[in-house]
Amino acid sequence: MKAKKKWYDHLWIFSLTYLILGFVNILFAWLGMICFIVPLVISIGWGNKAYCNKFCGRGQLFSMLGGHFGLSRKKDMPKWMKSKYFRYGFLIFFFTMFFIMLWNTYLVFAGQRPLGQKIKLLWTFKVPWHWAYHGTLFSDGVAQFAFGFYSIMLTSTILGFVTMMLFKPRSWCVYCPMGTMTQLICKAKNVTKSQTKAE
Amino acid sequence: MKRKAVIDKSQCVACGCCVKVCPKGAVSVPHGINAVIDETMCVGCGKCAKECPASIIILEERDNES
Repeated sequence: MKAKKKWYDHLWIFSLTYLILGFVNILFAWLGMICFIVPLVISIGWGNKAYCNKFCGRGQLFSMLGGHFGLSRKKDMPKWMKSKYFRYGFLIFFFTMFFIMLWNTYLVFAGQRPLGQKIKLLWTFKVPWHWAYHGTLFSDGVAQFAFGFYSIMLTSTILGFVTMMLFKPRSWCVYCPMGTMTQLICKAKNVTKSQTKAE
Repeated sequence: MKRKAVIDKSQCVACGCCVKVCPKGAVSVPHGINAVIDETMCVGCGKCAKECPASIIILEERDNES
């Protein structure tokens, strides 16, 4: 007995399309903001993880590639990787890098730095990406953000893909910064809720 | 003897992979904190344990018919 597929079970198409569009025109990278804003809105507004549980296209993609396509070894992940230290540490690291990216974007906006038409993979390797840049109508900063944001999205996809192959298909979910953050928000909301109830 | 899935809540990341594979709809993630298994509905098939990316769901043998 398998549950009937719902519309949101096909959101992996969105994630895959997003990755492809980044190779076509880097400005599409802005669409990735959806994957940042929607889980936050859901967890703050409704106090649940419906995004992870139902809508996350990346999770579905990994589950499909690792499960149906058999690209995962389906082994247990090492203990340290699922520890709170690693999860919270990765969250902090991820957001530090995110804010550094925002700072670099600001510098381009302010005209203090030229636009770098590169993608930075794994926060280290600079890959020329000028072929996906066809100019921008607005400030160069808009394009700089796109390059920076797509770097983050591609880097996290690569990490997720590697851990998908090594461990369980959705290993990424264990240390996904958005997942960790929304769980923290949900926990905090629940504490305040039970406190107000007690009062 | 019956088998029931049991979650180590302290390590659960509330991703909901277990919810998706449960054929009985016995798993939920209330308030986004951790997954919860309704033991009255669990048939002990072990699909959730296999799917869990953190491998923190185990199957426990139960003697009583609850």
